[in-house]
Amino acid sequence: MAKEEAGNGFNIHPMDQFEIKSLFGDGPIHWYSFTNATLWMGLAILAVILLLVVGTRKRAIIPTRTQSIAEMAYGFVYKMIEDVAGKEGLKFFPYIFTLFIFVLVSNFLGLLPMSFTTTSHIAVTACLAMGVFLTVTIYGFYKNGMKFLGLFWVSSAPLALRPILAIIELISYFVRPVSHSIRLAGNVMAGHAVIKVFAGFAGALGIWAALPIISITAVYGLEVLVAGIQAYVFTILTCVYLNDALHPSH
Amino acid sequence: MADTTTGTASGAESAPGMPQLDFSTFPNQIFWLFVTLVVLYLILSRVALPRIATVLAERQGAIQRDLDKAEEMKRAAVNAENVYNQALAEARAHAGDIVNEAKSEIQKDLDKAIVKADSEIASKAAESEKAIGEIRNSAIKSIQEVANSTAADIVKAMMPGTSDAKTIKAAVAARMKG
Amino acid sequence: MEGNIAELGQYIGAGLACIGMGGAGIGVGTVAGNFLSGALRNPAAAGAQTATLFIGIAFAEALGIFSFLVALLLMFAV
Repeated sequence: MAKEEAGNGFNIHPMDQFEIKSLFGDGPIHWYSFTNATLWMGLAILAVILLLVVGTRKRAIIPTRTQSIAEMAYGFVYKMIEDVAGKEGLKFFPYIFTLFIFVLVSNFLGLLPMSFTTTSHIAVTACLAMGVFLTVTIYGFYKNGMKFLGLFWVSSAPLALRPILAIIELISYFVRPVSHSIRLAGNVMAGHAVIKVFAGFAGALGIWAALPIISITAVYGLEVLVAGIQAYVFTILTCVYLNDALHPSH
Repeated sequence: MADTTTGTASGAESAPGMPQLDFSTFPNQIFWLFVTLVVLYLILSRVALPRIATVLAERQGAIQRDLDKAEEMKRAAVNAENVYNQALAEARAHAGDIVNEAKSEIQKDLDKAIVKADSEIASKAAESEKAIGEIRNSAIKSIQEVANSTAADIVKAMMPGTSDAKTIKAAVAARMKG
Repeated sequence: MEGNIAELGQYIGAGLACIGMGGAGIGVGTVAGNFLSGALRNPAAAGAQTATLFIGIAFAEALGIFSFLVALLLMFAV
């Protein structure tokens, strides 16, 4: 069945765009190989440097456009941490800002045609989420000691319910990195796959290709929105988890 | 099963099922992700974020300074207005004083002038009274003289050599008084 | 009518998994709709709650993404 479709020019390979390829040489991918993921992460670093270092080099009191964007990003994350996690959360500001800017820039770079989206890979987002999870957990125990476990003991609930709630809270605590990572990767992957599926339709429909192309435009607009929102959501959830570590009591 | 299904599902070529679940690429991605994050963290925490923080703080300071300056200027303007109003009030009061002074001076001058005029008038009146009196006296005297000489002439003509000037004079004076 | 019964199961399962996305859609709609009705009642307090709105949407949407993931896994990885 699938072979027939391929013969008709109905070639839909929505997942091929996420393939990781070695850019130099054909061999198996070692941990040090220079792959397309490496390339696009490097481009993300470059974009961040352009925006935040080169863009602000004049240190102007009246900012240029690039400097305004850099300052807006700074103020955005700063205010988010302050609002959600409080003043104590600000010592994690560089870390959270790194996560935010990396996710944001990777998402947007991934929207370029023919590009590779590093944040669409579970491996990447899982590492980011595990980093957040471990940071929050370790810092929570370091700061609050055993009182951090009060996070799971809902003292406002009736006593009989508390053990059950504790189990639920514990499970939901350990599901956090999973949902945290899959949300980001899944959203990005879904959008790109949908665009690719529509592109496959366009290749097969001849003159009617205009319809899927219009749809691609619309979905692409949605994807731009999603790229920003997912970076925002990833960051704000980091702040929420950080807030739990800072103020574990319910 | 996995082999056959992935093969059929993703077309004729030997494309991998889901690249996200190709565990052979994980070490590579994780390594480069780690490198990227460390580089980004260093760049951001060493260069970019302190710089932006400085710029923002400077701008905040500049804005605060300008606001302070504006506040100060406003205060100065209010002060100036107060001073102006005070000066205006003072000037008004001063003007009133001047007017009063001028009025009283004029009044004084006027009084003086009136008094002077009165006294002048009085003195002139006295002078003219005196002159009238003199004239009257002289007239009376001349009348007496005329009467004396006329009486003496009459007496001489009527009874020559009998009368002396003294008796005639006394008689005339007595008559004139009477 | 020849084919692999496992493939049949995969496709049916992937289709069923997509029903879950509808649930996520309902959830996101509920969150956004309730936020909007609350925000229209008290617009002054709405601005401070946008973060909560996005967190709620993210949590609701994550489950839809999970079902999408299950569909993808059935299609490509099983």
